[in-house]
Amino acid sequence: MTLAAVLLLGAFHGLNPAMGWLFAVARGLQERSLDRLLRSLPAIALGHLASVALVALVVAATGSLVTGTALAIGGGAVLVGFGLWRLLSRRHFRWVGMRLSLWQLACWSFLMSSAHGAGLMLLPVFTSLHAGGHAGGHAAGHAGGHAGHAVSGGLGHAVSGGLGVAALHTLAMFTVAGVIAVVVYKVAGLAVLRRAWFNVDRMWAVALVAAGVITLAAA
Amino acid sequence: MSLWTPDPTFYASPRDAADAPAEQLAYVAAFDRSAARPDALAVIDTDPSSPGYGTVAGWTDLPNTGDELHHFGWNACSSALCPNAPHPHVERRYLVVPGLRSSRIHIYDTKDRISPELVKVIEPETLARRAGYSRPHTVHCGPEGLYVSALGGAGGAEGPGGIAVLDHTTFEVVGQWELDRGPQYLAYDFWWHINQDVLISSEWGTPSMIEDGLVGELLLGRKYGHKLHFWDLRKRAHVQEVDLGDEHQMPLELRPAHDPTRLYGFVGVVVSVADLSASVWLWHHADDGRWQARKVISIPAEPADPDLLPPLLKPFGAVPPLVTDIALSVDDRRLYVSCWGTGEIKQYDVSDPYRPVELGALRVGGIVGRTPHPAEPALPLRGGPQMVEVSRDGRRVYLTNSLYGAWDDQFYPEGVGAWMARIDTDAFAFDPRFFPHGDAFRGLRPHQVRLQGGDASSDSYCYP
Repeated sequence: MTLAAVLLLGAFHGLNPAMGWLFAVARGLQERSLDRLLRSLPAIALGHLASVALVALVVAATGSLVTGTALAIGGGAVLVGFGLWRLLSRRHFRWVGMRLSLWQLACWSFLMSSAHGAGLMLLPVFTSLHAGGHAGGHAAGHAGGHAGHAVSGGLGHAVSGGLGVAALHTLAMFTVAGVIAVVVYKVAGLAVLRRAWFNVDRMWAVALVAAGVITLAAA
Repeated sequence: MSLWTPDPTFYASPRDAADAPAEQLAYVAAFDRSAARPDALAVIDTDPSSPGYGTVAGWTDLPNTGDELHHFGWNACSSALCPNAPHPHVERRYLVVPGLRSSRIHIYDTKDRISPELVKVIEPETLARRAGYSRPHTVHCGPEGLYVSALGGAGGAEGPGGIAVLDHTTFEVVGQWELDRGPQYLAYDFWWHINQDVLISSEWGTPSMIEDGLVGELLLGRKYGHKLHFWDLRKRAHVQEVDLGDEHQMPLELRPAHDPTRLYGFVGVVVSVADLSASVWLWHHADDGRWQARKVISIPAEPADPDLLPPLLKPFGAVPPLVTDIALSVDDRRLYVSCWGTGEIKQYDVSDPYRPVELGALRVGGIVGRTPHPAEPALPLRGGPQMVEVSRDGRRVYLTNSLYGAWDDQFYPEGVGAWMARIDTDAFAFDPRFFPHGDAFRGLRPHQVRLQGGDASSDSYCYP
């Protein structure tokens, strides 16, 4: 169940043009090079992974200091607040510059994901890693390639479990973003944006609030 | 409120934009030379199937007098689809309208109304305090905000001119754009190669050099601008200046290729003091990574009876073409060049930008020619083709006839008049049904035209 949520959220992030596939397509088109497009995707995924992993580490570190319930309540409140701010604010991510090295592209992706709260959306999963006995923690622990149980108080387990979740999530994001980028580049063309680019930001904000509510409910 | 799907007037690529529907309305900046009554935004019906086609459909007076409207732009355009900071669900809705003389910047709402409605005024003091500039001119919607070029400095300072950045949601002045302006002092127009993080700026003159008219000694002394400046858009720093040669006075309007993979563009030069000719230059990126410019079009002056010339030109016995505006079609294949002095609009094939080929020319107005418009064959026209704008599909060109108050008076001392024309580009002929003129503009002089939904000089694209 949690594994499915982790993967679905990854796919959702990959689907969002703002999270990077569109930048990969633009870079490919600029030099009429599919190769350049494909080389951009890992950098974008790396930045996304760093952003999500950072949240996992913060949750793990905080979780070792406070009780699982406090963590869930605090995290849930942060999420709901951030989601509402995203929903109501008219500000959008700003970045000047189109000519980026792959390393700069990874930094861009990190900032873009962080500004949108990509990692925060996984908070319910990260906090559940601390709530010992929850099926979610169990599954995520396995998902991360760790046979051991992610039990409360085990900082090491929480870290490895969290990073595992981040990696799986990013893999799903990378796969979806890659498929879309190649399909748009090779087949669909960018005219599709005019109809298909729904205001993901609003859905995204709603998803953040929902994740917060789930976290609070589980606390 | 943001939209659920991208604003339908945003296009990812210039190719897509060429398929845009025809504009229904044109917004025209119009100003009162005497500053006795307010300037205005005139809204012209451009829908040939409408009974009001070619007439003034809407009109909005400005709140003050003496602004001297000149150029203006949209709050958002196709660059909102750029992948580095996409925000496609904002609306192309507000016109940002600077007063070139007053230094006030006005924000007008165009949504669900014909006549735009004022929503905000930025006072000159705010622009001066936050950005250090006055005499705001060109507006482009760009990365991180709205960019507004300005000809003058703050607090009465002549310069340097430069670019102010406005927040594109609140329209507050954020500050001065330049972090390192290098040798740049004069300012006028600017635009960019957005995918290469390159900004280009051109040079006219400081406020005292233009506001009371063209100063003959300064012109013959080659003191007006004659350089292009290339900037790093990301670092906001000057990279290189390209001097066209000081006889080439006043490189004004900059028209970079719309195709974001191409690194070239055109700039019109008003006059050469060597022979009164005008020229169009191509800037391009050389193999060594440096920017270069070369003259690709030269338009000679036309000899004329001094009795027919204004005092300024009598000693020369010739009419200079005065290329004051140029426009490049969205597909980068056609260049339109206004000769405001001789009263001529020229069409070039610039498929090979290094070798423009003249396809046709139309006469209307002119210092000596005073050629009538086909709609009113008995009416001699003063002023000439000046601001020129191309529709996104490249099928229509719009012209207005006023250059700049004080300069109008020097070259057309009997009055420049007021008229607007539309050209069908396939036939390259004036549309006889479209000729708002005279009283249609209520005594004001028309300047820049902006087409509803965008035009060839309003949008930049991040995808080829």
